[in-house]
Amino acid sequence: MSEIHVSTKINGDAFEYLCDAEESLLDVLRDRLGLTGTKEGCGTGDCGACSITLDGRLVCSCLVLGAEAEGREIETIEGMADGDDLHVLQKKFLEHAALQCGVCTPGFLIAAKSLLEANPDPSETEVRYWLAGNLCRCTGYDKIVRAVLDAATEMRKA
Amino acid sequence: MTELHQQGAKRTFKLVGTRPLRPDGIDKVTGRARFGADMDAPGMLHGLVLRSPHAHARIKRIDVSKAERLAGVKAVVTRDDFKLPADSALADICRNVMAREKALYDGHAVAAVAAVSKAVARKALQLIKIDYEILPNVTDVDAAMKPGAPILHETLRTEGVEPKPRKASNVARRHEFGHGDVAKGMAQADIVIERSFKTAATHQGYIEPHACLASVGPDGRGDLWVCTQGHFMVRNTCAGLLGMDASQLRVTASEIGGGFGGKTTVFIEPVALALSRKAGRPVKMVMSRNEVFRATGPTSSSSIDVKIGIKKNGRITAAQAELRYQGGAFPGSPVEFGAMTAFACYDLENVHTVGYDVVTNRPKQAAYRAPGAPMVAHAVESVIDELAKKIGMDPLDFRLLNASKEGTKSSFGPTYGPIGLRATLEEAKRHPHHTAPLGPNQGRGVACGFWFNFGGDTCVSLNINVDGTVGLSVGTPDIGGSRASMSLMAAEELGIPYEKVRTIVADTASLGYNDVTDGSRVTFAAGMATIKAARDATTKLCARAAKVWGIPAEAVVWENGHAKPAGPNAGNFAPMSLAEIAAVASSTGGPIAGHYEVNADGAGVSFATHMVDLEVDPDTGKVTVLRYTVFQDAGKAVHPSYVEGQYQGGAAQGIGWAINEEYIYGADGRLQNAGFLDYRIPVASDLPMIDTVILEIPNPGHPYGVRGVGETSIVPPLAAMANAVSAAAGTRLTELPMSPPRVLKAIMENGRGA
Repeated sequence: MSEIHVSTKINGDAFEYLCDAEESLLDVLRDRLGLTGTKEGCGTGDCGACSITLDGRLVCSCLVLGAEAEGREIETIEGMADGDDLHVLQKKFLEHAALQCGVCTPGFLIAAKSLLEANPDPSETEVRYWLAGNLCRCTGYDKIVRAVLDAATEMRKA
Repeated sequence: MTELHQQGAKRTFKLVGTRPLRPDGIDKVTGRARFGADMDAPGMLHGLVLRSPHAHARIKRIDVSKAERLAGVKAVVTRDDFKLPADSALADICRNVMAREKALYDGHAVAAVAAVSKAVARKALQLIKIDYEILPNVTDVDAAMKPGAPILHETLRTEGVEPKPRKASNVARRHEFGHGDVAKGMAQADIVIERSFKTAATHQGYIEPHACLASVGPDGRGDLWVCTQGHFMVRNTCAGLLGMDASQLRVTASEIGGGFGGKTTVFIEPVALALSRKAGRPVKMVMSRNEVFRATGPTSSSSIDVKIGIKKNGRITAAQAELRYQGGAFPGSPVEFGAMTAFACYDLENVHTVGYDVVTNRPKQAAYRAPGAPMVAHAVESVIDELAKKIGMDPLDFRLLNASKEGTKSSFGPTYGPIGLRATLEEAKRHPHHTAPLGPNQGRGVACGFWFNFGGDTCVSLNINVDGTVGLSVGTPDIGGSRASMSLMAAEELGIPYEKVRTIVADTASLGYNDVTDGSRVTFAAGMATIKAARDATTKLCARAAKVWGIPAEAVVWENGHAKPAGPNAGNFAPMSLAEIAAVASSTGGPIAGHYEVNADGAGVSFATHMVDLEVDPDTGKVTVLRYTVFQDAGKAVHPSYVEGQYQGGAAQGIGWAINEEYIYGADGRLQNAGFLDYRIPVASDLPMIDTVILEIPNPGHPYGVRGVGETSIVPPLAAMANAVSAAAGTRLTELPMSPPRVLKAIMENGRGA
């Protein structure tokens, strides 16, 4: 079984890797490229912990094959802050204590960023439905929703 | 949003009670934090487990020869690689970790492999041949107790009954609690209500599956990186199972992606160590979500009968309950806690509870947030609600009339000290939520809940660095922000800024034994040990200042981060700050550190009252939660944001338990919904904001008055939801989950909405 050669861009940097035909993009990111900020909670697209964007589209990386990333642009949690400058969403998650264990946090941040790009002024209901594909077992979502709404307000001011 | 109400003795704090950013926050919002599955080692292999597809089967033969011969396979382990320990509790863990004579549930581990890649390991599993003799299975608790039920353990004899039975059964133990004369109390009652209830097994549902990285060298020394609520427990258990000295196994706790009690035991950890020892290379194991559901701890399902008698004025004359909890394939369901907590909220003259711990062909249950309490609170608080309605009394007033208070002899024995139950009820009565109008098909429910809170073995070290900063080592994994609260308490006591303290979770080689992060014990017990270690350090800091000044150590006191002479007679010296003393430590006697070791007592019990509004769709039976408020006593909220988080998280889990979540088994004993698609935990669009009211009735057992807050919040929601659904549907529901088909059936049977 020969491996597939893939050229892609991750968080703005060019990457090349080899992967098996059946290997998920999540496994490539975590096991081959050391980008372990993207988490696996289920492997079946139900929990959203592995959320990334592929050419700007929000996807579960466990449902994408590594080989499919050829020529595409990937964004992961590792690319969200600009150096030492946290993204507004990252700051608001900290300020609002929107994480307890933190394992779902990267997925929520990626999904929330994607929401605010599509809809800079979401209602609480819109936030709740957009984030319905991301499971959090610790917080009851209250502080997460507040953090996203607060970030949206701040980003609109900027 | 949050309100805060303080009662009793006041102490002014500078830092405790504020809301600084958590020290591990940046790592967790940037993806830098390393969880169980985020660690690699040079030469690492990947381990996978082969699991029984049968609920109950004799394992006649295991043939691993083909798997062993597959290129890339470095080790295979089975029951033959684990010696059964003499200790019976450890032996049960050993049997759960790797099946021996029989597979006892769908998902029970029967073999494991370590290979150069996950793909090779997967292939190897398919080459292992197991000859099973399939046996009849039982997964329901009441069925398992019936005569003639399939017997899981031929050697099991019920404990707690006289004379001890001579025949095997699935009832592992009978527990009994109470006081007074229930028959007499029932005879005095004007109204008696008796009901039976059922709750489904639910899973803790942490988002991070179990994961570990094990490495055992040819010299027998081992290292283990693992996501766990208690790495000292993992060390002791694994060392026992593998015949290693505890000192030779160093366990490091990774960041942990949720546990809720489910990570207080071992599953893959001893298997990974055994594979590593056999292969001579590090082995990483990560469970799939399917494995998490099938083979790790859900909580018990339950079947409960409750009978309560009252006078016409609402005063309870007697209360009794029989609890039957199945705890999966091995003894140890939390029915004892259920029987103890059943009537803990009430001041009763006559009370009696009996609990049966039952084994079935399901995964061995693991602790789940206030283990055993939510199911029985669902039953008791439902009957309380019905009684209040029957005499036309507000359910909060009914509870206030009967509520436990300081001096009440609890139904499980001890007499309560200062407790906050009545305060939560009074606060709930005053809250605008209590009088807000309800629309058609809407109902409001309230319920109370209790949890003991634990203390336990705790050991911390606090090092004063030469630059005036502080390193605090604790041994309790941080599951919801405890490093922030430990840093706050250390900084408060030392009188230095919060940012000057760095708290870490030290490995098992660096600190004395610590019990697991459970029982809502960490902020209480590790917090107390932190405060005492800081006081140990300030005593030493004072002695060093005394040395500099040439006065007796007793003549120096610690105030606001400085050593200063106790009074004018001690001498006239300018106060020395912690940083100033630390800077000259080398010339005054060497490094300065504080330590504290304790088996912490005085955890201080905890109570909460929850209130929920919801709407029932009469056409589909779907329940929509509209408004939710938690009223709970925290003793002292060290970091209020994370206290609120515990309240909200517990309520959300309880809502899921009430209306969505359940383990569904077929007649073949196989779990039918082993994934997040079919086992549906609440998502953001299922819930409203969850309002919280923090009450502070100080716990006399803690220097700052802290009580644990993590678990009580899951005790009331099942009942609060059931009471609200029953009000909205116009008929009493007694079985969880109140899923749409079940609610619809209840509505139809009641002759409405048809």
